[in-house]
Amino acid sequence: MAFVLRPESPLVAWLEELDAQLARSPSFFQGRPVILDLAGIAPGEAGVAGLLGWLHDRGVRVIDTEGYDGVLPGAEQWGPSLSGGRNGGTYDVPDDPAPPPQPTGLPPEDAALIVDEPVRSGQSIIFPRGDVTVLGSVASGAEVLAGGSIHIYGTLRGRAVAGAMGNPRARIFCRRLEAELLAIDGLYRTADDIDAALRGRAVQAWLTGGTAHGSFAIAPLT
Amino acid sequence: MARVVVVTSGKGGVGKTTTTAAIGAALAQTGGAGGKGGERVVVVDFDVGLRNLDLIMGAERRVVFDLINVIQGDAKLHQALIRDKRIENLALLPASQTRDKDALTAEGVAQVIAELREKFDWIICDSPAGIERGAALAMHHADTAIIVTNPEVSSVRDSDRIIGLLDSKTERAAKGERVEKHLLLTRYDPVRAARGDMLKTEDVLEILSIPLLGIIPESQEVLRASNLGAPVTLNAPDSAPARAYADAVRRLRGETLDMVVPTERRGFVDRLFGRRVA
Repeated sequence: MAFVLRPESPLVAWLEELDAQLARSPSFFQGRPVILDLAGIAPGEAGVAGLLGWLHDRGVRVIDTEGYDGVLPGAEQWGPSLSGGRNGGTYDVPDDPAPPPQPTGLPPEDAALIVDEPVRSGQSIIFPRGDVTVLGSVASGAEVLAGGSIHIYGTLRGRAVAGAMGNPRARIFCRRLEAELLAIDGLYRTADDIDAALRGRAVQAWLTGGTAHGSFAIAPLT
Repeated sequence: MARVVVVTSGKGGVGKTTTTAAIGAALAQTGGAGGKGGERVVVVDFDVGLRNLDLIMGAERRVVFDLINVIQGDAKLHQALIRDKRIENLALLPASQTRDKDALTAEGVAQVIAELREKFDWIICDSPAGIERGAALAMHHADTAIIVTNPEVSSVRDSDRIIGLLDSKTERAAKGERVEKHLLLTRYDPVRAARGDMLKTEDVLEILSIPLLGIIPESQEVLRASNLGAPVTLNAPDSAPARAYADAVRRLRGETLDMVVPTERRGFVDRLFGRRVA
């Protein structure tokens, strides 16, 4: 089966349109024989002499022409014309699947994660992109890991790991501290290392000076 | 409309099987027209390999076919169901003792539950301990979960884990719906609670943040009933644990009752502990 391409007058505009089509589906004509139907083109039309060369440059393999009185330059070597072709109907050139849009920065609502349920034992909330806010409690045996800061409005009984992707300015806030472990940018405190006077209180934890060389600080929120 | 209830806990030895038997018997005895019973209840033992529910129900000498036989097509469901001798609208579907939990298949369990939904009003599933295959399949089709918890830290943490699984691994969770969850505190010792040797009820509720279905006091009656092969609600209906289970069943049906811990009716000291606790 061969495709029939039917150029229209004016030829220059038609070529532009074909170029646009080829940009959208570059692989469409690959390996397909094409017959050029020139019935709509006058023999003297501007650009017709260069038509075959133009198509060849774009990978369109023309095997014969139809409906043209003269001989196109470059068509001499084809030999006798094909004839008796049957019409297979018109064919719309499908667009190749659109390339995925390039990410243009994260949408603002993705910079923070809000969890409005308790985090149960055995569950992990992992959000490397930014802050995590938990409206309920974080149970013993549960963990929250955030690239940014962590805010817990209930009781923190499990583990909280903030600044996990290397952010020493991240902090951990909770309404009631009963944590198994707190960590910021790789520095951590286990329950044993946390001052007993801070247990059960609303606190924040941070690295002093906001650098990885700072020391781990925990203080009540007043 | 049949309701599938899973009795689960994560931790072992907290009272799941006792609770399944007691609640199953109490549901079958009450409700229906004029509270005279009549709702059809089946208790299903999912603890394949370590079955116990048949003992607690006093049906161990009448087990012919079991859940695994039904799943594998060796027996029809009606052949495996054992009708209770004391309450005619209560039935038991026993587990297999000779197989293990790998013999349970997701499709088989789904088909058995679907068939039970047509025959019964309440399907009470006794989950095995743990969070593996047996427990996962027992909870998979549940509409309602009773989370049995003892007032101590390991039990509470395991219960928390189970609640997380109920919210993520069940059929309802997959459909974006919720499993209705109730906390049942068992083996509650009012004397030790008063001394501060146990987790307080409000602490457990604060950690688990699900509604409280009831508080079952620690009692010799539970052990005595188990040894006799009778649910405690049948064997000693006036005992403290039986009354606590009866209240829990009324709450399960949607009634609102004050939360008190029933005590053995003995005298002044007990009245001290009969106060409201939650």
